[in-house]
Parts: sequence; structure tokens; C-alpha cells
Amino acid sequence: MATVDTNTPHDALDLVNSQRKKGVEFVVMAILILCSLVAVLVTVGIVLSLIFEAYRFFERIPMTEFLFGTQWSPQTALRADQVAAEGAFGAVPLITGTLLISFIAMCVATPLGLMSAIYLSEYASKRFRDFVKPALEILAGIPTVVYGFFAALTVAPLLRSGGESVGLNVSSESALAAGLIMGMMIIPLISSLSDDVINSVPQAMRDASLGLGATHSETIRKVVLPSAIPGVAGALLLAASRAIGETMIVVMAAGLAANLTANPLEAVTTITAQIVALLTGDQEFDSAKTLSAFALGLLLFVVTLCLNIIALRIVRKYQEQYD
Amino acid sequence: MSKTAIITAKDVDVFYGDKQALDKIALDIPEYKVTSLIGPSGCGKSTFLRCINRMNDLVPIARVEGDIRIAGQDIYAPEVDVVALRAQVGMVFQKPNPFPKSIYENVAYGPKIHGLAKGKTEMDELVQWALEKAGLWNEVKDRLDQPGTGLSGGQQQRLCIARTIAVKPKVVLMDEPCSALDPIATAIIEELIDELRQNFTIVIVTHSMQQAARVSQRTAFFHLGTLVETGPTKNIFTSPEDERTQNYITGRIG
Amino acid sequence: MTDLISPSSQLKGRKSAETRFQWYGRGAIFVSLLFLVVMVGSILTKGVGAFGTTNVAIEVDLGPDAIDPANPADARFEKIVKDALKTQFPEAKKRKDRRMIYGLLSNDMGFELERFVEANPEAIGGTATVWFRASDDFDAVAKGAVDRSLPEDERRMSDKEIAWIDQLTEQGAVERTFNWSFFTNGDSREPELAGILSALMGSALTLLVCFCISFPVAILAAIYLEEFAPKNRFSDLIEVNINNLAAVPSIVFGLLGLSMFLNTFGMPRSSPLVGGLVLSLMTLPTIIIAARASLRAVPPSIREAALGMGASPVQATFHHVAPLALPGILTGTIVGMAQALGETAPLLMIGMVAFIVDVPDSILEPATALPVQIFLWADAPERAFVEKTSAAIIVLLLFLVTMNIIAILLRRKFEKRF
Ligand SMILES: Nc1ncnc2c1ncn2[C@@H]1O[C@H](COP(=O)(O)OP(=O)(O)OP(=O)(O)O)[C@@H](O)[C@H]1O
Ligand SMILES: [Mg+2]
Repeated sequence: MATVDTNTPHDALDLVNSQRKKGVEFVVMAILILCSLVAVLVTVGIVLSLIFEAYRFFERIPMTEFLFGTQWSPQTALRADQVAAEGAFGAVPLITGTLLISFIAMCVATPLGLMSAIYLSEYASKRFRDFVKPALEILAGIPTVVYGFFAALTVAPLLRSGGESVGLNVSSESALAAGLIMGMMIIPLISSLSDDVINSVPQAMRDASLGLGATHSETIRKVVLPSAIPGVAGALLLAASRAIGETMIVVMAAGLAANLTANPLEAVTTITAQIVALLTGDQEFDSAKTLSAFALGLLLFVVTLCLNIIALRIVRKYQEQYD
Repeated sequence: MSKTAIITAKDVDVFYGDKQALDKIALDIPEYKVTSLIGPSGCGKSTFLRCINRMNDLVPIARVEGDIRIAGQDIYAPEVDVVALRAQVGMVFQKPNPFPKSIYENVAYGPKIHGLAKGKTEMDELVQWALEKAGLWNEVKDRLDQPGTGLSGGQQQRLCIARTIAVKPKVVLMDEPCSALDPIATAIIEELIDELRQNFTIVIVTHSMQQAARVSQRTAFFHLGTLVETGPTKNIFTSPEDERTQNYITGRIG
Repeated sequence: MTDLISPSSQLKGRKSAETRFQWYGRGAIFVSLLFLVVMVGSILTKGVGAFGTTNVAIEVDLGPDAIDPANPADARFEKIVKDALKTQFPEAKKRKDRRMIYGLLSNDMGFELERFVEANPEAIGGTATVWFRASDDFDAVAKGAVDRSLPEDERRMSDKEIAWIDQLTEQGAVERTFNWSFFTNGDSREPELAGILSALMGSALTLLVCFCISFPVAILAAIYLEEFAPKNRFSDLIEVNINNLAAVPSIVFGLLGLSMFLNTFGMPRSSPLVGGLVLSLMTLPTIIIAARASLRAVPPSIREAALGMGASPVQATFHHVAPLALPGILTGTIVGMAQALGETAPLLMIGMVAFIVDVPDSILEPATALPVQIFLWADAPERAFVEKTSAAIIVLLLFLVTMNIIAILLRRKFEKRF
């Protein structure tokens, strides 16, 4: 073996420093980190501003009254010398109204969205898929103010006259109209999320069931869906959170009557619709009326955040399971 | 015959997480020679090669221990700037990976970021020099502004070589540079490697024994993360000292 | 031996269950798409009428009694038009009838005449035939949108008014033209005069602000998270944050804008600046998520190639990886901007819901946005505003369709790159 002389001197290599501008790169990195911190800052900003304003509200109105009171009529004195009551701030009718409309929406959207997803991922030909999926995406891309307009000006009068003809008294701002249209709005959300979930069920599981002589639909109902249930549940939670936070449809179609009812033909109001009503138009900033909007906003934020966190957890767990 | 070692590695261990990929590697690589690294798949050839220009830094779970010096300088010393190191130790990859930019920009990119050429004419000359060295100039001189990705596989790999040598590194590392190429393109590149030896020290990983025999002056045989044997290529192929080397070159393992 | 050819009755039941199941799927898709078609179709049919307008030719007296030739600007133009109407319909003597004939034209008639006189000074001193814009009710009759077979008290127009309109029509004094003013006017209390220009400008300014903030911030954040962020709890926190932010109801962003930008920082209320800020915070997660996906799609060999020749990680990213990911990032950005363009609720919170006649020309002036304009018109009592609302929705949808088509084309053009 030939000897190798390691000690011969070489031209020194400059490995320590090139003309690299380290300072510039440091600044670039700092900017990058700052930008990704914006997302955190936004969350902090939302939480702080909601808590701060809601705290000022709860200084005047006890939290228990807000959460458990069944009377909502946020009047304020019209003139400074008027000794009118601050109004009643019981959010229960708003919460039940929100839940009622969201429930109707989910009842519409769950079967339609889920069955569309199943058909598209299990049965549809590629050509059919390529046509229908973008069409459903259009539904998702239409602004909600358009849905609201359609609900208020076309669907609600239709339901009202339809109800009249069978002897039912349907309010012109019924929960049903808002719920139906909101359901249509969240169909694409449910179908695209469920589509991903169903597609990630391993083919081997289907083959096993088909190989035992099960029909395709039996395989879907007995094998694919049960193993996709956690993912589908996550999708439904996300959709519910979306329905609860939806604003324009209820502002335009559900109205402001704070009725405590479970009858879908009556008018109800929602948290979001009240926030809009409280904060548009003239407002004095320090009144309980204005501040109550932030208390409602905080409630809305907490509820949707919890739903989202749970949903994202479930979906992530589910994806890991089949990775 | 005394040779000057430009790269010296001692006691090099590499771990990927808990798994040890290289075990106590000690290897000297002489200047202005072609050294080939051979061995069965997964034995750690690429891992060792990537230690020499610290590409392993990019793998979060990789840990390198031991001592690797280039021209006497410890390249893992804390004051070493990897970027400056990689300007001195270029790398050509298994699959040709030209930037999706023009041929000219592909070659000019390195000199540009390292500030090696002043002005347009100097850069033009440098690009021409690198492309000539890589044996590509005649084929592309009329379409320097066309995308590098539009070339054939063999041309792309020569473009990658031109791109690497345009920075004028001391050492060029090549990881199976011909494995994605057909025999004719391979022959051209092998010829090229032989010429590049005039100006650069070359370390090449290859799976082809014939290729190692044709292009390299020294060969190192790796097996299961250890360096089994190293020496002049002739000796390794005609009279290997270790039985494992013997088995490998005769095709019994690998 | 079992019979494989003719199915047992149990198998028949299972087969029909299979068929039924497939029909449920087709039915669900059909219902969803039918809804889409019905909704868009009903809005289209309601809205097309608003793109046309009705004009009426009236002969006006511009003689010296009406206009002082030395000082035409001082003339009482509205009175001139009203006098002309009185001459045209001498039978209208009662005050109620008078009001009805004035109501045939839009409230703008005085200004319209003034503009005519300014453009045609030679007409002063004689009589001239001037085209006036008809009122919304006149427009509805001219379009045939009023059902004449209904009893008089159930429709908006009395028999008398309809007779006058028919009389004018027979004289050839009525024409329908394309309603340019829908695109060149601001909002108005009069439906026949209301246009979307101020709302369009408001939307454009708002989107501009939104883009200038969210595009760079989102790209840089995505680059950090995808290319540089170490795997630790801090990066996880940012990641979880972004995912959650994407699902926060839009109205909550409006509350943030109201409490933070307006009340704490004292930024101008109703301004596109604040609107754009709020929308940019809202679209940020969308763009970040899309940008990360397209950065991830850049093959690692490009990164290695750059790093292997001594580019620093920052150089490798900004010279090679980011430019390759740009088309994907742009696609995501357009989708985010489309989302911002249709967003209404947060803008209501920060007061972009005002009645805006003038076209805003800076991001600090009060403005409204197209979807908010739609919301406002949808609430207006006049029937003619239903048509205007639908027309504004058509314009909004056209913009959204265009943006999405651009996004799709971008994706198509660049996706086969690697
Ligand atoms: N990024 C990585 N993470 C984890 N383990 C790795 C990684 N890269 C390589 N290894 C492991 O290290 C060992 C050596 O790999 P290396 O790529 O160096 O082999 P090689 O000799 O180049 O093989 P081949 O001839 O197939 O290219 C292998 O067992 C491989 O599984
Ligand atoms: Mg290898």
C-alpha cells in the first residue's frame, strides 16, 4: 500500500469566512420569524380584545345573568336623562336560536354532503368526478351574502306561502329558511372533507370485504364508513363550527326576534345576527348594549375554537392511523 | 511514490438517530487524483461522501463524529462556514438536477453568489470555460438562454458538472453521477472525469466496478459501514487483501 | 351445488339495496347541483333587467322666461321640467295627479336638464327635446314587469299612470338603453340612479390593502415554517395557531378590527385601510397553507443542488425554491383574495356599511364594498332594489369566476413542471 503524506502543506483554504453577508441573512431570518409570528399575534389580539371588552361588560351585567338569563332585549336609554333600564342581557334565546338554525343546517348538509362524498369517491367515474367536484367547489366559493339574499327574498316567502297553503303559520323570518340555506352552504365543506377521509381508508380493507362476497354498498356501510367515522366526525364538527359562526345568512334571513323556541317555523335570532345588530348603526361605545356584542363574540370564539381544536385533533389522529 | 493527501478522515462515525451508518472510517484522499468509493448498497458510501462537504448537516437526525480535514483544516470546527466549505468542495448528484433556469444562469449562479466574476465579460468567459471543461460548450453555445432542463440526461449531468466547477472548487464529489445515464453518455462523462483530474481532486461513488477501474487511481471498499480496504485501484482489483473485497469484486456479495 | 347464475331471493334483496344506495348518492349530488342552478338562475333572471334603463323624451321650454341667457346656471331646472310635464299632460290638474306625473321621471331630472343645457348652450332661448331617465316604477312598466291584469289597488302603478306611459310609448318618446350609469354612479336613494362604482372602488382599495399585507407576510411566514423552522414546540404552536385561525368565524375578525384598529389605534372608521387590514388577517391562514403546500412540492434535489454548490440556505430558498413555488403561491393568493372579495360580516363591524355616494379615492376615506352594497340594497324597501341587488351579485360573481379561472389556468400551466 502506497504511503500517503498528510503533512505536506497546501495552499491554505479559506473556510472560515467568505464574502457572505451574515448580517443580511440575520435580518432576513428575523423578518421571516416575525412574519410567522403574525399568526400568533392575531390570535393573541383576538383573545385580548374580546376578553378586555367582555370584562367591561361583565362589570355591569353579571356573567351568570348573561349565560343563564332567558330574556334578551338590549335597550339603552335614548336620552342621557332617561332612567330607562339597561335592558335584559340573557343570552339563552340567542344560544338556542343559533343551535336551532345550525341543527337544521346540519340535518340538511350531513346526508347530502356525506352521500355525495361516498358516491364521488366510491362509484363515480373519473369524468363524472372531474365535472362534479369543481361544481361543488363553486357552491363553496359563492359569498354568503348571496345565500342570505336568496334565503330572504326567495326561500322565505316560498316557505311562508307554502305553509299557508297547508294551514301552517310560517314566520317570514323563519329558522327553517335560514337553516335550509345554511345547510346548502356547508354541503361542499362536508363533502370535500369526507371525501379525503374516505379516500384514506386503505384499499386492502375494501378488498377484504369484497372478497368475502359483500356488495359494494355493504362494504361501504359495514367496513369503509365505520373505519372512517372518526374522520367524518371531525369533518362534521368543523362544519358545525362553520354553521355556528356564519353571519350573513342569519343576518339577512333570520331576523332579530329573540324567541326561546324549538319550532323551526318561528323566527329566532342568533349570536352573530345580534352582534351585527348591536354594532351597526349609531353606537356609543361605553354602553352595556355595545359591550354585550363583545361578550357574545367571546362566547362565539370560545365555542368555535373548542369545536375546531377537537375536530383538528380527531382528523389528525385519524390520518396518523393510516399513514 | 509519495502522494499528497488533500482530504484526511480519521475515526469518522456517523449516526442517523440511534442507527450507526459509519464506523471509525479513516481514509486519505490524494490531490489531483480520482478516488472511487465502492461497496454494496447501504454500506455508507454516500454518507461518507456527504460528510466531506457537510451535506449531512441538512439531515436533522444525522450526527457526525471524528475528524475530517481538508488541506489541514478541520471542516467540522465551529468557526468553519459550511457555505465557504461547499464553495471549495462541490458536489454532483446521482440524478442530474439542473435549476429550471437557462443554461447560462445554471453555470453563472455559483460564481455570482460567490462573487467570482466582475462584470459581464468576465462572467461570460467563466461560463464558457466551465462549459468547455465539461465538454458541453460545442453542444450548447448557440442556446445558452434555453432552459437547462430541456437538455438530454447526459447533457444535463455535464451541465451540473460545469455548474460545479465554475466555482473552481478544490474537490469535486460525485455520487453515482452516471447511474441515470445510458452507456454512451456514461462514456463521455468518464472521459470528462479523467480530464478534470488535471485541475480538481475527485471523489466518486460508483456501483460499477468497471467504472471504478476505468476512471480512478485509488479505490476504497466499504462494507456495512466500515472501510474494509483502500489502495491503488490496480491493486484492489487484481490482488485484494481482504476476503470481503475479493467476494465483492467477483460478484459474490453486493 | 350452489347456483352461481340465478340469484337467490336474499341476493336479489341485497342487489336492490345496492342499487338504492347508489341512487341516494346520485340524488344527493343532484340536489346540491340543482340548488346551485336554481339559486344562480333565479339571481340571473332577477338581475338582468337592471342592466337596462328606460329613457323618456320630453319637450322642454328653454325660453327667456325659464332661463336667463346671461346666467343659465341660476335657472330652476327642476321647475322647467315639471312645467314641461304639466304641458305634456294638461289633464293632470289635481295635486295628487301632478305628483304622479312628476314621479314618471327620476328625481334627478333637474340635474339632467342642467347637464343638457351645459352641453348644448345653443338650445337656450327655444324649445328642446331632452331624454330623461324614467323612474323605477316607469322602468318596471316599460319592461313589462308590472302585471296589468291585476286589480288596480294591488299593483304599484295606477291605471292613470299606465295610460300616460302608454301614451308616451305610442309617441315614440320611450326608449330602453344599456344602463351605463349602473357602473358609473355611486349609491343613491333612488333605485334608477343607484350604481356600483363607489362600492367597486371601495372593494378594489380594500383588496389592494389586503393583498399588500397578506401576500408578503404569508409568503415569508410559509417560507420560514417550511424551510427553516426547527422542529420544536414553538413551531408546533405557530402551526396549530394557523390551522385554528383558518376556522375562526369571520365576524370575530371584525370584532378584533373594531376594538383594536378603530378604538385602540384610532384608525379611520369605514376606511378601506381598516377593511383591508381585517381581511388580510383573515386570508393570511389560507395563503400560508397554500404557500406551504407549494413549497413542499418543490423537489428536494433543487435545494440540494443549490446548497451543494455553496449557496446559503437563505440564498437557496430565495433564488431557487421560492421562485419555483411562486405559481402555486399565487394560485393560493388569488383564492384567498376571492374569499376576501366576497366577505361581508367583518366589514359591517368596522363601519364599511355607510351610504356612500362618492367614489372613494384614498384608503383613508369612508367607503363601502361590493358585498356590503349588496347587503344594503337587499334591505332597501323599494322593489326596484331587488333587481339592483341581483345585478350587483351578478357583477360580484363575475369577478369571482374570473379570479378562479385565472387561478385554475395558473395551476394548469405550471403544475407539469417537475
Ligand atoms: N437520511 C437518512 N436517515 C436515516 N438513515 C439513513 C439516511 N440516509 C442514509 N441512511 C442509512 O445509512 C446507511 C448508509 O446509507 P448510504 O446512503 O450512505 O448508503 P450507500 O452506500 O450510498 O448506498 P447506495 O449504494 O444504495 O446509494 C443505510 O443503512 C441507510 O439506510
Ligand atoms: Mg448512495
